[in-house]
Amino acid sequence: MEEYLNKKVSSIEFGFMSPQFIKTMATVKIVTPELYDKEGYPVDGGLMDIRLGVIDPGLRCKTCGGKLKECIGHFGYIELARPILHIKFVSLIADMLKSTCRDCGRLLIPKQRIDTVMEELDRVEKEAGLVARRDKIKEIISTTKAIKQCPYCKAKQKAILIEKPSTFLEEEKRLSPIEIRTRLEKIPDEDVVVFGINPKAMRPEWSVLTVMPIPPVTMRPSITLESGERSEDDLTHKLGDIVRINQRLFENINAGAPEIIVEDLWDLLQYHITTFFDNEVAQLPPARHRSGQPLKTLTARINSKEGRIRNNLVGKRTNFSARTVISPDPKLKINEVGVPKIVAMKITVPERITEWNKEYLKKFVEKGPNSYPGSNYLIRPDGKRKRITDETKEQILEELQPGFIVERHLMDGDIAIFNRQPSLHRMSMMCHRVRVLPALTLRLHPAVCTPYNADFDGDEMNLHIPQTEEARAEAEILMDVQTQLISPRYGLSIIGATNDSLSGMYVLTQKNFVVPREEAIDILTAIGVEDFSALPNKKQITGRELFSTLLPEDFNFTGYTKAYKPGIDDADAVVHIKSGKLISGCMDKANLGEGQGLLLRNLHKYYGSEFALDLLGKIFNLGNEVLLRHGFSVGIADVDISEKGEAEITKNLTQAEEDVEYLIKTYREGKLEILPGRTALETLELRILEVLNKARNKTGKLVSDTANKDTDIMRMIKSGARGNLLNIAQMSACVGQQALRGGRINKGYTDRTLSVFKKGDLGYAAHGFINRGFKHGLRPYELFFMSMTGRDSMMDTALRTPKSGYLYRRLANALQDLKVEYDFTVRDASKKIVQFNYGEDGLDVSKTEGGTINVKYIIDTMEGD
Amino acid sequence: MSYVKNHNLVPKHAKLSEKDKKQLLEQYHITIADLPKIFTDDPAIQELDVKPGDVIKISRNSTTAGEVFFYRAVIEGV
Repeated sequence: MEEYLNKKVSSIEFGFMSPQFIKTMATVKIVTPELYDKEGYPVDGGLMDIRLGVIDPGLRCKTCGGKLKECIGHFGYIELARPILHIKFVSLIADMLKSTCRDCGRLLIPKQRIDTVMEELDRVEKEAGLVARRDKIKEIISTTKAIKQCPYCKAKQKAILIEKPSTFLEEEKRLSPIEIRTRLEKIPDEDVVVFGINPKAMRPEWSVLTVMPIPPVTMRPSITLESGERSEDDLTHKLGDIVRINQRLFENINAGAPEIIVEDLWDLLQYHITTFFDNEVAQLPPARHRSGQPLKTLTARINSKEGRIRNNLVGKRTNFSARTVISPDPKLKINEVGVPKIVAMKITVPERITEWNKEYLKKFVEKGPNSYPGSNYLIRPDGKRKRITDETKEQILEELQPGFIVERHLMDGDIAIFNRQPSLHRMSMMCHRVRVLPALTLRLHPAVCTPYNADFDGDEMNLHIPQTEEARAEAEILMDVQTQLISPRYGLSIIGATNDSLSGMYVLTQKNFVVPREEAIDILTAIGVEDFSALPNKKQITGRELFSTLLPEDFNFTGYTKAYKPGIDDADAVVHIKSGKLISGCMDKANLGEGQGLLLRNLHKYYGSEFALDLLGKIFNLGNEVLLRHGFSVGIADVDISEKGEAEITKNLTQAEEDVEYLIKTYREGKLEILPGRTALETLELRILEVLNKARNKTGKLVSDTANKDTDIMRMIKSGARGNLLNIAQMSACVGQQALRGGRINKGYTDRTLSVFKKGDLGYAAHGFINRGFKHGLRPYELFFMSMTGRDSMMDTALRTPKSGYLYRRLANALQDLKVEYDFTVRDASKKIVQFNYGEDGLDVSKTEGGTINVKYIIDTMEGD
Repeated sequence: MSYVKNHNLVPKHAKLSEKDKKQLLEQYHITIADLPKIFTDDPAIQELDVKPGDVIKISRNSTTAGEVFFYRAVIEGV
C-alpha cells in the first residue's frame, strides 16, 4: 500500500546554511580524496562513501537502508582548513564591508537617520515591490561610501576595493577571509536587516564558508564504461580537488610551513571551491578535464537552455509520438491521419490479454517486431517488460496468458492526437483515426489544413498515441475532429471547401451544367456515395441535381451567394434549398467557405457533427472530382482585353499622366495650392499619389467591365477560390504605383531614383508608377522598383510575424486560467470575478449561429403549446 | 469639475446601498476582495462621495445584451 501525506507549504525562506546546520544535516565527514580501495569498494570517509547514498544496483545505503532509487542520498561535509568566500555572495560581502564600520561593525548611518531609512525602504517595497527595494538598498549603500568616520565609535574608515573575483583590498593591504569573517561577525543584528537579511534566520558571516556540504553521490553518479573502467562525474572530480587541497593545507599549517606556501594553497582552495559552485566566473580560467573541455559544475547544471530548469522542468519530452513532414491525401476521411508504416511499427498500443482476445493478440506476437502488424514488447503482470524478437517470440508465445499486456503495432482505426505548432487555438490539436499507409510522410485531408493552419511546403506535424483507455476516451470525446467543427470564436464552421474544391462546386452548380447519368454515377462512386436512389431518373443530370443528392431530404435553407448585393434582381444570387433540392443559386465561398455563411452551420445543427463531417468530406471531394473531369486551366489569353477596352484604359492612363504633368508644372511655377501643415513638395507627392491611385482604380473597374467573363480565372474569382479582380487588372492593364513607406519611391541617387532618369524628375515613371500590366512585361527600372517594394514587404512580414506571435502568446498565457463558473461569472484562478456574465450576454459562441441565436427557429420547432 | 461623466462613452456609475451590496456579495458567494476594483480617485466617481469598501454599480449598454450591470469595489487610490 502506498501512503500519501498531504502537506501545504505555508512559507519559504531563503538564506545561508549555518556551519552548525551543515554539520547536523551531514551523515559523513569527508576526510580523504580517495574514492575506492583496491577491491573497488568505496572508501569510508571518501567522496563515494556508501553513507552518502547508493548508485550501484544491489547495494544498500548505510544511512537509510534504501536500495537504488529508494534512497535519495545524504549530504556529507568537510571541515575547511581556512575560511573560504562563497563566490555567489561576494557582491553582498563587498556591500556589507563597505558600508559598515571596520572597528565596531555598525552601519555607517547615524542613529537618528536609520529609522527614516528603514521606513523609506518599507514604503518603496510596498509601492514598487522587492526589486525596487533592492535598488534602493544599492542607493543607500553607495551613500555610505563617502563617510570617512564611523558615527558611533569615531573610527577612521578606509576604502575597500574588490579585485575580482574574490580578493578584497583595504588600501593596498589584502583582507584575508578570516578578517572578513570577523568583520561580518561584528555587524549587529539590527543593522543586518538593512541588507535584506533576516537575522533570526541567518548571519552574514555564514557567507564565508568554514565547513562545506558535500552533495550526495546520487546527484553525481559515476558511469561504468564498457571496458569496466569507472568514470566519475564532473562534480566528484571537483570535490576530489577540494578535499585534496584542503588536506594539504591542513598538513602545511600543522607542520608550520612558511606563510607564503600556506597562502598559495589557500588561494588554490578558494579557486577550487569557486569553480565548484560556478565554473564560468569572468576572471577565472575554467577548470578543465584532461581532454580540455570545461567541467560542468553546479551553476551550469541549473542555468541556461541545457540547465535543469529550461531543459528538464519546463521542457518535457513525450514517448509514443512521431513527427514528420505532412502531405495531402484527399482520399482519406477528414478525421483520419495517414501514418507511415515504419512509424506504425515503432509506436505501439498496449492491449491486455483476456480469455476472449487471447487468440487475436497471439497473432501479433507470432508476427514479431519485424513484420506488420506485429508487436514489440510484452509486459508481464509483475511489471517486467520483455522485448519480443524473432528469437524470443517462440518462448514468449508459450508463457502468454490473461493479464499480460501486448504492445502491438499501430493499426487502422487507432486513436491519435494530431498537432501542428504554434498551437494557438484548441483546433491545433485534434483527435484523428490512424490509417497506416506506405511512404514516409504523415498525411491529412486537405480540408483540415485550415484549423491547423498547415500547408505542404515542408510543414511538419506531431502525432501522439494515447496509451490508456481513459486517455483514448477523453481524446475521442473532447478532441475528435467533428467536435471541433464549429469555431468557438465566431460560431461558424471552421472547415469548408477550399481552392479547387470551391472552383469545382461553383462550376457544378452553374445553371446550365449537365452531365450524362452514367458520369453522374461515376462521380458519386468516386466520392464514396453508393446509394443512387436520390438521383432523378433522367438521361441528363444537372449539376444542381447531382449536388442535391448529397443533401438530406428534409433540409431547407435560404442564403446569399457571393454575387448577391441588395437590390440586385438575380434569382441565382440567392441560394434556395427546398426539401433537400438546390433550386437556385450556386455554391461558392459565401456558402461553403470556412467561417462564412450558415449553410454548413445549419447542416451541423440539424443533422449533428458526425453527419456534417461526412457531408463536408463528400462536398469537398465532389468539387475536386467535378473539376478533375470538367477540366480547368488558365492561359495568358484569359486576361486579354477587347480592343475597345484597351483603348479606354490607355485613354484613362494617359489622362492621369497628363494630370500628373500638370500638377508638376503648377508646382514648378509655385502655383500649387498647398495643403495645411504640408510643404509644397509634400502636397505635390500627395496629390500625385491621389491621381495615380484613382487612375489605377478606374483601370480596375474598366478591366472588370470589359474582361472576358467566360474564363476559368474569372470562375476562380467568382467562386472565391483564389484571386480577385485587382489581380486581373494588374496582369492585363496596370500594375500601379509601387509604394515604399506610405509614399512613392524617393530613394536612390541625388535628386533621382535611378541613373536612367534626369535629375529632379518628378514624373510618374521615375517614382515607381507602372502603367502597364504584367502581361506586357516590365521595363528594367520597373522591375527594380518592384524588387524594392518586394524586399521591403518581405522584411516587414519577417519582422512582424514573431512580434505579433509573442504578443498573442502573452495574451493567451495571461488569460489561460480564466473560467466560466456555474453561476455564469468569469473568474480567475483565485476565484476573483473578472466578468459577472460571460461576454456580457452569457452566450457560448460555439452554440450560436455566427454569434446570434435564431429565436424564430426555436419557437417554430417547439413542441406542444 | 468633472466633464468625464458627461462623455457619451463613459457609462453610468452609481453607488450601491449597503443592503444591495450585501445582497450582491451573497448572490455570488464572495467577499468584497473578489470584486473587480476601482480607485477612489477615478474621475468617473468623483461626484459620488465614496470611500474604500463601497461598491460601484456600472450600467453599460451592450450591443448584444441590452443593459448590463458591472460591479466594482472602491479601493484607496494612489
